[in-house]
Amino acid sequence: MWAVSIALIPAFVASVTFFGPRALAVLAVGVLSCVLTEAFIQAFMLKKPVSVSDGSAVVTGLLLAFNIPVSIPLWMVAVGGFVAIGIGKMAFGGIGNNPFNPALVGRAFMTTSFAAPMTNWRLPLVFDGSTGATPLGIIENAASTGMSAIQSELPGYFDMFIGNIGGSLGETSALAILLGGIFLIARGLIDWRTPVFFLGSLAAFTGIFWGIAPESYADPLFHVLAGGAMLGAWFMATDMTTSPMSRNGRIVFAVGAGLLTGVIRLFGAFPGGVSYAILIMNALVPAIDSHIRPKRFAQGALHEKA
Amino acid sequence: MSKTFPMGGIHPPDTKISAAAPITPLAIPAEVVIPLGQHIGAPAEAIVKAGDKVKAGQLIAETAGFISANIHSSVSGTVKKIDDVADPCGYSKKAVYITVEGDEWAEGIDRSSTLKKEITLDREAIVEKIKAGGIVGMGGASFPTNVKYMIPEGKTADTLVINGVECEPYLTADHRLMLEYADEMLVGVEILRVALGVEKAVIGIEENKPDAIKLLTEKSAEYAGITVESLHMQYPQGAEKQLIKACTGREVPSGKLPIEVGCAVNNVGTAYAVYQMVQKNQPLVERVVTVTGKQVSKPSNFLVRIGTSYAACIEAAGGLPEDTGKVISGGPMMGMAVADLSIPVAKGTSGILMLPKAESVRPEVEHCIRCGACVSVCPMGLEPYLLEKFARADKWDQAEQRAATDCMECGCCSYACPSGRPLLDYIRIAKGEINNRRRARASQ
Repeated sequence: MWAVSIALIPAFVASVTFFGPRALAVLAVGVLSCVLTEAFIQAFMLKKPVSVSDGSAVVTGLLLAFNIPVSIPLWMVAVGGFVAIGIGKMAFGGIGNNPFNPALVGRAFMTTSFAAPMTNWRLPLVFDGSTGATPLGIIENAASTGMSAIQSELPGYFDMFIGNIGGSLGETSALAILLGGIFLIARGLIDWRTPVFFLGSLAAFTGIFWGIAPESYADPLFHVLAGGAMLGAWFMATDMTTSPMSRNGRIVFAVGAGLLTGVIRLFGAFPGGVSYAILIMNALVPAIDSHIRPKRFAQGALHEKA
Repeated sequence: MSKTFPMGGIHPPDTKISAAAPITPLAIPAEVVIPLGQHIGAPAEAIVKAGDKVKAGQLIAETAGFISANIHSSVSGTVKKIDDVADPCGYSKKAVYITVEGDEWAEGIDRSSTLKKEITLDREAIVEKIKAGGIVGMGGASFPTNVKYMIPEGKTADTLVINGVECEPYLTADHRLMLEYADEMLVGVEILRVALGVEKAVIGIEENKPDAIKLLTEKSAEYAGITVESLHMQYPQGAEKQLIKACTGREVPSGKLPIEVGCAVNNVGTAYAVYQMVQKNQPLVERVVTVTGKQVSKPSNFLVRIGTSYAACIEAAGGLPEDTGKVISGGPMMGMAVADLSIPVAKGTSGILMLPKAESVRPEVEHCIRCGACVSVCPMGLEPYLLEKFARADKWDQAEQRAATDCMECGCCSYACPSGRPLLDYIRIAKGEINNRRRARASQ
């Protein structure tokens, strides 16, 4: 799991660069609250050896902090970390047994509990770090206002790619996420199919609507770069424990998450949909695992017999 | 691009440290212990008794059933007793103990090194002779070779596949045999090709043995039917189904034998043994054994008389290193740790491997983190993590549904598991239980 933390370093650097020193504080509280919650539960409630040195609670803490705005009060981050590990992971039996991505459980809890602070987005420091909408927030009503009316408010693709936009701490820089993701693929720690099919199906779904009515919908490249799509596709949908075991299963999982993200973004009440899309697909993993099995050796002959 | 099998597999370091050591005959010991059950199937029945004089190559135990194999004395001397001996798994088996006197061979056996190329026998006579010579698969499973060549009615073969893959790390016995006895081995392949009644024979060799590929490609040019296939390195390519897939592109269905897709598979060591029996009348009484390990002073390939103790082989390779944690019969992937070094080398003993203590401990078992590594490395497309769960919960029906019996125990899953889970151990339990239940159903 430490390798995943290493892969998160570029996004870490990007978040501190764009959102300033307060990002460090949010990240520190996120990691500490997750690690301490796990250690406390293991040592005092389960009375088992403490296993925080496996690095997985650190990853959960980092991902949780990456998914929230820089301006959030720190005590809320601590509550989020406690929920992520305590309810999202340890309540199910700890590492390997949690059905939902713990960081996303923490984030979902915070979104519903602290709705206003969780959407108090800040722009990067180069824009004074003032309050401002995220790209997805800007286009939320594009269907009624028309894309051309809001075009001037939208950041350019280059800013979206390097992360010079408003949003959660670690989700804005596609470049930083990509660097970490390539590292994970090179180390054989994630299956390339998950991010590729996730982002591919998101692009295909949003592309259809954009193709039909470009005046009302943003283009697929925008959707891939905006919001949590990159972070979700590379670092959260690829979580081993909460994704399917077979290659084909992972493709189904990724396509489902990509499509659901598109549906929520275009038609849902929230501007962003990545975290709920992944949580919904997490819930379907047992069904995917029991129905989408790996290809057997001499599969063709099995079918002939049947 | 060289061929290989398409799904699963791993790339363990090959550690072929004995690859340059020529095959040397091991001194005949003072006593040999020849087990009566060295093969898959019924143990042979002894036809000698204590006090009998025997010569090397003389029949001492006869086949007992359709799947069984003759056993010959590997030495000349006096039968001391017929008694139990442990096999590599630790189970007791009957064996003939012979006190060695000189080295006299039974009549008709040609021990000269003259190459005899001309094949005079026909199919039936060859298969009969293979049976008489007690020849079994030398790659590890020790399945009686003649049985493979009795083709069931309604099936036809068109390709003989010869296994020169030796994908187990450390082992070099087949590699050395291909280099040093290429001519004999090729005649053996030709004999097996005639016995199978096919035109084509393919010898599959992995790319880490370029010298063997080059030599056999050159030498096989004079045999119209024999081709050499250079295979991309990947474990477990030596497994029958994976090898057939790599060499011919055909897939043997679940629960079926190679003949289903028109193939028979034999090891290069078997081809050599067939040559010795069919052309020179020498039954299977000796084999090449790799004796190796990182700390072994003289990693070697010995030509060993069957029945020689493991201890004698280890002594000849420089003795047991002090830091040895495990002695493995066979290779590190599929071999098994032996508890007693006085056990004898049998027809299926391809290697004796001494692992240092640090490499002999099992990793601590941690929670399954559902990483899916076991699923992606399984060459049969099984779900080892699930089979483990079923085996732990005694859910044999579910394990059977998820094709536990397709597992050929290559161990890729246990090797790949980052949590050190003993996946294969549980799958073996499940396989045993499923087979017991099938037998029980069949007998009802």
